[in-house]
Amino acid sequence: MPFKRYVEIGRIALVNYGKDYGKLVVIVDVIDQNRALVDAPDMVRGQMNFKRLTLTDIKIDIKRVPNKKTLIAAMEAADVKNKWENSSWGRKLIVQKKRASLNDFDRFKVMLAKIKKAGVVRQELAKLKKETA
Amino acid sequence: FQYHQFQVVGRGLPTETDEQPKIYRMKLWATNEVRAKSKFWYYLRKLKKVKKSNGQMLAINEIFEKNPTTIKNYGIWLRYQSRTGYHNMYKEYRDTTLNGAIEQMYTEMASRHRVRHHCIQVIKTATIPAKLCKRESTKQFHNSKIKFPLVFKKVRPPTRKLKTTYKASRPNLFV
Repeated sequence: MPFKRYVEIGRIALVNYGKDYGKLVVIVDVIDQNRALVDAPDMVRGQMNFKRLTLTDIKIDIKRVPNKKTLIAAMEAADVKNKWENSSWGRKLIVQKKRASLNDFDRFKVMLAKIKKAGVVRQELAKLKKETA
Repeated sequence: FQYHQFQVVGRGLPTETDEQPKIYRMKLWATNEVRAKSKFWYYLRKLKKVKKSNGQMLAINEIFEKNPTTIKNYGIWLRYQSRTGYHNMYKEYRDTTLNGAIEQMYTEMASRHRVRHHCIQVIKTATIPAKLCKRESTKQFHNSKIKFPLVFKKVRPPTRKLKTTYKASRPNLFV
């Protein structure tokens, strides 16, 4: 199985451990075998271990260690935010976050919506059963 | 980081024969200020005829990294004591800060040569431009189009609270 996601300059990664959990960062340079210099529009450029990063499919076109302005411009040009939010991974994370932030009233509304949806599905199923029977 | 760089300035106490003793300044690495002062007297005793009891500390300041957001290649010259004698060594590290490189050096010496912290003396440190690096393991990262896959990826729980000893299924380690 060949590898598809490489650690390279411009690769977008998701932080999966630590203080910046859940953030999308750009790999801006590689320090050594275990660490990379990462940067994001809202954080100071710093080093991070690869063990704290999960690589994504998105890659932007930048040179080694760009300054903040160039980085933000490149991220806009590649439209990272929209690509991420439309990808299935990104959508799943948004749904997870929404579910975790529901209050009791919202959960009640979700319950009613689920019951409604299940009722509609069951009606259709009964119709199909009647046809085949 | 564990290791901090300090600038320690001290001199011998003024006596009747020597009204203005020479002031000496050292840059050293220690975990805290107390240890830094102790290390200063240790080195100064070996170089000049002065001890902590007949000397005075003039200043101790911590030195911080000027550009902690750029990657540099550090060369460290050290003298260490092995089981059979004293040796000199030159090691190279790639890091963002000098303190990080020194910490890497101490841990590497401990693991590769079983040399403990107190048996290591740092002679000199320098930031080396990429052309002059000697070690292949640092030179292999001097590539502006560096690209490699992460071959072995263990998925960790995002906080230590969610860690479990047993798992229901075998974890997938591919990417």
